[in-house]
Amino acid sequence: MNWNDMIYILPEVILTIGASAMLLVPVTGGRGAKLSAKWMMIILLAITAGALIYCSHAVENIDQSRQLQAMFALDGFSIFFKLLFIGAIAMLVMLSEDFLAEGKYSPWEYYSLLGFALCGMMFMASGVHLITIYIGLELLSLSSYILAGFYKSELKSTEAAMKYFILGAVSSAILLYGISLIYGVCGSLNLLDIAAAMSTIVTNDALMFGIMLLGAGLCFKIAAVPFHVWTPDVYEGAPTPIAAFLSTGSKAAAFAIFARIFYTGLHDFHLEWNYVLATISALSMIIGNLAAITQDNVKRMLGYSSIAHAGYVLLGVISLNALGLRGILMYSVVYVFANLGIWATVLMLRRHQYAGERVDDFEGLSRRSPLWAFAMVIFLLSLGGIPPTAGFIGKYFLFAAAVQAGFGWLAVIAVLMSAVSMFYYLRLVVAMYLREGVEAEFAITTPLRIVAGICLVVTLALGIVPSSLIDQAVLSSSHVAAHAALTPHAGR
Amino acid sequence: MIPTHWFLILSAILFTIGVCGVLTRKNGITIFMCIELMVNAVNLTFVAYARQFHQLHGLIFVFFVMAIAAAEAAVGLAIFISLFHHRHTIDVDEANLMRW
Repeated sequence: MNWNDMIYILPEVILTIGASAMLLVPVTGGRGAKLSAKWMMIILLAITAGALIYCSHAVENIDQSRQLQAMFALDGFSIFFKLLFIGAIAMLVMLSEDFLAEGKYSPWEYYSLLGFALCGMMFMASGVHLITIYIGLELLSLSSYILAGFYKSELKSTEAAMKYFILGAVSSAILLYGISLIYGVCGSLNLLDIAAAMSTIVTNDALMFGIMLLGAGLCFKIAAVPFHVWTPDVYEGAPTPIAAFLSTGSKAAAFAIFARIFYTGLHDFHLEWNYVLATISALSMIIGNLAAITQDNVKRMLGYSSIAHAGYVLLGVISLNALGLRGILMYSVVYVFANLGIWATVLMLRRHQYAGERVDDFEGLSRRSPLWAFAMVIFLLSLGGIPPTAGFIGKYFLFAAAVQAGFGWLAVIAVLMSAVSMFYYLRLVVAMYLREGVEAEFAITTPLRIVAGICLVVTLALGIVPSSLIDQAVLSSSHVAAHAALTPHAGR
Repeated sequence: MIPTHWFLILSAILFTIGVCGVLTRKNGITIFMCIELMVNAVNLTFVAYARQFHQLHGLIFVFFVMAIAAAEAAVGLAIFISLFHHRHTIDVDEANLMRW
């Protein structure tokens, strides 16, 4: 490797240096205090995004096969996800302002941890080698554990961090054991080499066990059903902007590695794992949606709803066709924007200084802020997958992919469960439009308004004119699709 | 030379002991030690395979895993200390503020 190869990871290098520098600002004493941590973070994210776009144009002229000894790919798939992550983090920075304005916690530490988490997510999106993927995942996880417990003075937040940490560490160990068994059978950690080795293997118990353990670890990260118990507790206890981060950016990153590992590395054993994943997907959709109905706390409700959404995205992995991969890319975008809009609303509503966490807090919102209530309805419809919104397009692709791959029964469950999900989403709409609220206060600030505005425009625009997103998803998935033979395997 | 599968059996036993410990123990630190046991069992698997293949990949992975486990320990202990400040115990069964 030479220095020219560094261009592949230039955005990550910039981000790491920037985030580390931000961590050091409070140490420098009074001089750094005058700077605004928020704007420094926004500038850092802008530079990172600029570097990413510059690098993606620069590497087009370099031989694609020399991708840092095949550990790190800067292809359409990773650029698509990285831009989504940077956008999501930029919006989270704006959402975090009120939380940090209380002044009890250092914004520099908070933003630098978000920067490190973003760096981990970017490595996950680009990783084509299990070492890269694992390190990216751990960088994201370790930053998330700290961020979940950032409200040190609140017992709830600490407890959430503890639960997240223990379950996360166990799942990482399980994932690692799966990786080690796959390495033992295939003799390599690169996803393409693994795929090549698998095409010559018939069936192997150690390999099956390894794939199952790897899948279990990944299912924990996306919070699919047998591994979902941490989700509602962590979302409820963590500071609200961090819950928003865990349910959007962090989750989309886990979708990215899920798609990459299964599409590029493990596609030859499709017939062995697809029914297991189909069961997990069905259970996630059913349990996630049914449990969400009974929740009165909006953060917990969103936690269960995110479990259900993990089930929908798994449809795209199970179907293992071009449509499914595009569906994963599109659904990640759609889901991130709709969810961030809802979290912005939760942050806006206040009850005695605390974020509006209860369904009651939404009462009467339509009277006091009709525009905001309208935006909220759009976000909820998008999560439910109702036509004029972007959610419909994402769900359409995932369900169509499942039908095409012969998983019609799973698509039926998905459609039925989407209908069930409308029940609890509409509960919020009913509270906003038909009930009169007195208690909840408001704190509509400019950053919140900007975030909600961006989310509303994106959700509506992608729903009404989806062609740009579809084109982008087709273009971005073509690299991964070229690696994996995406035609259905005629018996192996 | 000791055959590879002996190492694999040993690491599977260690991993299982770790899992059992995580499931049965109540003290946060003990649970964390069991997680470390699981991770080190995995390291043993990697080293055994790397020796069998005469490859460096597995060995390099082990170094990364050890470094990450150390970082994980730092984060985990900080969280447990923070919990101890509130509760004066790190018994995980006491952490029942949020229940559905």
